[in-house]
Amino acid sequence: MCSLGVFPAPVTAAQTLFERNNELLSALHPGEHSQACDLPSPQFTRDTLKGHSRPESSSRSVFLDQRDTLWMRSAGAWRDAGLYGLLDEITNSAEEVPRFLAVGSACVLALLRWASSFHGSLFPHLTLSSDEMVAEFSQMLDWSDSALRSFAWHPHTDKFAVALLDDSIKIYKSNSSPTPTLKHRCQRSVCALQWKPLCGSALAVACQSCLLIWHVDPASLSTRPSSGCAQVLSHPGHSPITSIAWSPTGSLLVSASPVDTSMMVWDVAAESAVPLQRVGGGGVTYLSWSPDGSRLLAATPSALFRVWETRMWTCERWPCLKGSCQSACWSPDGGCLLLSMQGERVIYALTFSDLTGGPKAASVVADLSETTFPGPDGDLTVGGEVCSLSWDPRGERLAVLLKGDSQADNHPSVIAVFKTRSSPVFELLPCGFVMGEAGAEPRFMQFHPHFQHGALLTVCWSDGRISHVPFYFSSAGLLGGDSPQQALASNTTNPSSNKLYTEQIS
Amino acid sequence: MFSLKQNSWFIRKVVIWRAVASIAWSVLLLPVTTAVFVLLSRFSLFHPIQWISVVPSIPCSRMALLGTVLHPRQCVHSLVYCTMGMLVMWCASVTIGGRYSTLGTPCRQSESGEVVTCLNEYHLFLLLAGAFMGYSHSFLGVVQNMYYVSFQPIQQYKYPRFKGCLPMVVKCSVIQALYSARNFAALYFFFGYVPKTWISSTLNLQIDSSLQPLDSLTGLLDFSLLYHLSISGAFLYLTWYLTVLLFRIYVTEAYSFPVQSTFTEDAEQCLPKVLAEKNTLVMKFLALQDLALLSQHSLSRRLEVFNLSQPGGHPHNWNAISGECLCLLSELTQRLVAHQDAVASNGRVKSQSASSDTRSASSSSSVVSGTEDIAETPRLSVPLRTPGSVFKSSVGGANRVLTAPFTPDVDSPFSSPAIRRLVGQQDPHSPWSGTVQSPHIMRRGPKLWSASTESQSNGSPPGSPATVPSPPAASQKPSFLAQWLQNRREQVKSFLAKRVLIMYLFNKLPEASSQALFADSQAHIWALQGLSHLVAASFSEDQFGVVQTTLPNILSCLVVLLEAVDRHFKLPHASSKPVRTLCSMGDSTYKTLRFALRAALKTAIYKITTTFGEHLNAVNISTEHRKRLQQFLEFKE
Repeated sequence: MCSLGVFPAPVTAAQTLFERNNELLSALHPGEHSQACDLPSPQFTRDTLKGHSRPESSSRSVFLDQRDTLWMRSAGAWRDAGLYGLLDEITNSAEEVPRFLAVGSACVLALLRWASSFHGSLFPHLTLSSDEMVAEFSQMLDWSDSALRSFAWHPHTDKFAVALLDDSIKIYKSNSSPTPTLKHRCQRSVCALQWKPLCGSALAVACQSCLLIWHVDPASLSTRPSSGCAQVLSHPGHSPITSIAWSPTGSLLVSASPVDTSMMVWDVAAESAVPLQRVGGGGVTYLSWSPDGSRLLAATPSALFRVWETRMWTCERWPCLKGSCQSACWSPDGGCLLLSMQGERVIYALTFSDLTGGPKAASVVADLSETTFPGPDGDLTVGGEVCSLSWDPRGERLAVLLKGDSQADNHPSVIAVFKTRSSPVFELLPCGFVMGEAGAEPRFMQFHPHFQHGALLTVCWSDGRISHVPFYFSSAGLLGGDSPQQALASNTTNPSSNKLYTEQIS
Repeated sequence: MFSLKQNSWFIRKVVIWRAVASIAWSVLLLPVTTAVFVLLSRFSLFHPIQWISVVPSIPCSRMALLGTVLHPRQCVHSLVYCTMGMLVMWCASVTIGGRYSTLGTPCRQSESGEVVTCLNEYHLFLLLAGAFMGYSHSFLGVVQNMYYVSFQPIQQYKYPRFKGCLPMVVKCSVIQALYSARNFAALYFFFGYVPKTWISSTLNLQIDSSLQPLDSLTGLLDFSLLYHLSISGAFLYLTWYLTVLLFRIYVTEAYSFPVQSTFTEDAEQCLPKVLAEKNTLVMKFLALQDLALLSQHSLSRRLEVFNLSQPGGHPHNWNAISGECLCLLSELTQRLVAHQDAVASNGRVKSQSASSDTRSASSSSSVVSGTEDIAETPRLSVPLRTPGSVFKSSVGGANRVLTAPFTPDVDSPFSSPAIRRLVGQQDPHSPWSGTVQSPHIMRRGPKLWSASTESQSNGSPPGSPATVPSPPAASQKPSFLAQWLQNRREQVKSFLAKRVLIMYLFNKLPEASSQALFADSQAHIWALQGLSHLVAASFSEDQFGVVQTTLPNILSCLVVLLEAVDRHFKLPHASSKPVRTLCSMGDSTYKTLRFALRAALKTAIYKITTTFGEHLNAVNISTEHRKRLQQFLEFKE
C-alpha cells in the first residue's frame, strides 16, 4: 500500500511543467520550457463572467401583475411549481378563497412538508436546494465558487469543452480555429459535460433542469451555434442532473439525478428513455462506464453504490462502511475499479476478473492521510479526502485530487500522481505532486484520451486557468498486445493480391 | 412451401410459447387487479390476443387514417372490443351491486300504482360506457399505433421490465379512464335518449318518471355514478393495457439463434438462414437483434461467424450474414433515392404546370428533365418504391391492404401526372431489390419515359414505360374529345381542391411520408450495429481474413446510404421533431426512427474508421467514398 509519506516533496514555488525521466519538473529548472503541447490554455476570471444573480422564479414577482385573478395565479403556480405551488398560492391568498379551502390547503401543505422532511431525514441530501446539490455532488471542487464549472476532452480529437460560471460552454480546438460558444435557455448550473464517443459533434450537457445534447458541426465556422442545434431531453422528476455517462460505443447515454431513484438510459437520437429504478440509496449521484462497456458504476448519496452489468442490466449492491462513494475510475481494460469514499482518506480497489464471479470485498490500495513536508517557507501539509480520481488511458498514471483544508493556510488542495502497475499484482507507486502557480489550487483534472508520448493531464485551477501537464514515458506492457493486430491489419494493405478465399455470397 | 415450413417451426417453438406465457401471466395477474378493483368499489374475461406488429402502419393522409379506421377488419375488431367492454362493465355493475345490478327494476307507476318493470338507467349507462370504452380503446389502438411493438434499446429481464412499466400502465389507464368517462358523459348527455328509448321499447320496459333521467345535467352530476364509472373504466383499461404490455415484453425478449449447427436439419434455424427470412417479420427482427447483441457481447459466437466451413473452407456464415445486412441497407438506400426523386420531380412538375398555360399532361411531363439542385445528371428512372410497396413484400395481411392505396406522395388525386404514372409501374420484384448498386450508377440511367397521357396512369397498371410504345407527344395530335375530357377532369380537380374538407382529408400529413419510409428502420439499425461491431472485432479476431474481402463492399454501402440519408434530411419536414406524447400506451418511437438510424449509421462508420485507422487507405474503394471516409477519420462529421 502506497502512502503520501513516500512521495517526493512538492515544489511549492513554481508550476509543475511536465514529467520526464521519472521526474516531475517545474518552472524553477532553468532551460526547461513547456515545449510539449500546442494545446490552448485559456484563462477565465470570475470578474469577466457574470453568473445569474437570482433564479428565474424569484424575478417573476417583479414583472407579474399581482392583480391577476386567483384562477390565473393558481394555474400559473400549478404550472411552475406543481402541487406545492398551488397549495402555497391558495394558502397565501386566504382572503380571496373560502375559509375551508384555505385551511384545508394549509393542512395538506403542512402534511406534505412533514412527510417530505421525514423523507429528508432518511436521505439528508433531499433537503438541499438544487444548486447546493449540484455543488455537493459535482466532480469539480468548489463548484459554486469556481469560474470553471466543468470540463471535457473529446475522446478522439484535440478538442475540449469548458462550462463556465455564466452558463455558457466554450469549445477549444488545438489549431487556431474559432471557439464556438454554446448558450441555451435551459443550460443552467452545468454540472457535467461529456462528448459522445464515436462521433465528431455531439456533446452531452447535464443541466439543472434537463439534459442537453449539442450537435456542434466541427466544420462550421460559426462562433454562436443556435439553440436549434441542441436537443433537450427531460423526464419529470429527473433534475438536477449531476452525472452523465455515454456508453463507449456511443449508442446509449445514462443520466443520474440525486433526487431521482431511477437512472435514465437514453436512446438519444430517438429521444426515448428507459428508467432503471432501484429505490435504495435515495438517488444516483455519479456514473462511470467502464472503458470496455461491460459495467457501469452508479454511486448513491447514501453509503451504497451499485455496479451494473450492461448486458441484461442487473446490478450488484455494494454497501460502504462510512460515507457515500465520491469518485471512481476504471482501468482501461475495465477489470479494475478504484473508488474513493466520502470521509475516508484511502483509495479502494475492486477487481473484476471474469464475467461470472465478481469480487467479494474491496481492498485498500493507497493511504492518503495528511502528511507534512518541510519546505523553504514553512511546512506544507497535503492529504485529505479524495475529490476526484482519473486514470490515464494507457493505465500507467493515476491522478488523485486531494481536498485541502480551507481553514489552514498551509494545507492546499493538491493533485497527487501515482504510477500504476498491474502485474504481477496491482500496485500504486509514487510519482509526485502536480503544483500550480503560487496561490492557485487545482479544481478539476482529466487525462487527455489519446496523447501520443505518454499521458497528458489537464488541470483546471482555482484562478480560472486551464493548463496541461504532459507525462513523458514509454509505455510498458499495454501496447505490446497491439502488435499482432498491427501485423494482421497490415495484411490488408494489398487486398487484391491477398484474396485467399473466393467470395461466395449465397 | 419451404418458407411456410420455416415459419411454422418458429411459430410452433417460439412464438406460441411466448404467447402462451404472456397469456398465462396476464391470467395469473388477473386476481391481483381484481382484488384491487374490489377494494376500490368491487372480473375480467379472457380476450383474444392481438397479433401485434413490429412495423408500424403509418397512414400518410387523414383519408388513409379514415380508411384504416373504417376498414372491415378494424370494424370487427372494434365490435369485439365493444362487446368485451360491455361484458366487463356488466360484471362490474353486478359486483358493485346496489342500484347498478340489473337492467330491469320493479317500480310503481305513478297513476295506477301497480308494480311494473322499469328500465334501470344506471345499469344501461354503465353498459354503454363499456361499449364506448371498448370502441375508443380499439380506435386509439389504431391512431396511436398501440399494436406496434418497439424494441427497447437495452436488454432487461422480464420481471424488472414489467415492474418498471407497471406504474406507467396504471397511470395511463387511470388517465384514459377519466378521459373516456368525460367523453362518454358528454356523449350520453346529448344522445343518451336514443339507446334509452330503443332499449325500453324493444324490451318493453317502462321508464321510471320519478327518477331523475341521466341525460340531464343534474342526473349526470352524480358523483357516486361518475366515481363508479371511472373506477370500472380504469379496471377495464388496466386489464387491456396489461395484456398489451405483457405481450410486448414477451415478444421483444431476445432470442439466441445458433450461428451454425452440426446437424443439417437444424440449418434452417440458424442465424444466416433466419436473417434472410422475408415473411415472418418478428423472426427477422429477433434475428437481427441477436446479431447486434452477439457482435457486441459474445466472443465465442463472433468466432463462429468468422469461422470457415469444415469441408471446403468457405466463410459461408460471414458471407450470408454480411450479404443479408448489406442487402437490407442497400434496399433502404434505393427506397430513399426513389423517394427523393419522387419528391423532387413532384415539386418541379407542379410549378411548371402552374406556369404553363397548356394543361395537357404530355407537355408537362415532357419537360420534366429540367434543372434541379441535386440533379446535374439526368433524372433516374427508378421505379418508385413507395413504402406501401416496400411493405408489400414484407408485411402480410392488413398492413398491405391498408397502406398500399394510401402511399405517400401519390395518395392525393392532386399529385402530378408524372408521379401517378410512376405508381402504375411499381413492382415489388423490381430490378433494384437485392442488388448492391450505388445511386451514382443508378443516376446515370437516362430518363426512360418521355410522354404520358392521364388516362394511362389512372387505369390498370401499364407495363414498364420503356416497353410501352407511347408515341411522342409532338407527333400525335390528341383528339378533341380527349382534350375536352382532360379539361373537364382538371376543372373537377381544381374545384375539389378548393373544398376545405376534401383538402383536409386528402392532404399529406407533413411528417408521415418520412416516418413511413423509415418505419422498419429498427432492422436497419441492428444490421448497422451488427456489421460495424463484427467488422471492428475482425481487426483482432478474424483469423482467416474473411472480413477483408467484403470490407470495400461494406464501406461503400455505408457511405452510399449515408449520402442518401443526408439528402433525405434536407427535404422539408424530414428533420422536424415530432411532438412527444406524455402519457399513452401507444408507442411513438417509430416517429423518431429516422433520427436513430442516422445516428446509428454515423456511429457504425466511426466504429469501423476508428478501429482500422490508417489501414483504411489500403482498402479498395472509390475516390469519393475515400474522401468521405477521410472526413470520418478526422472526426469532422
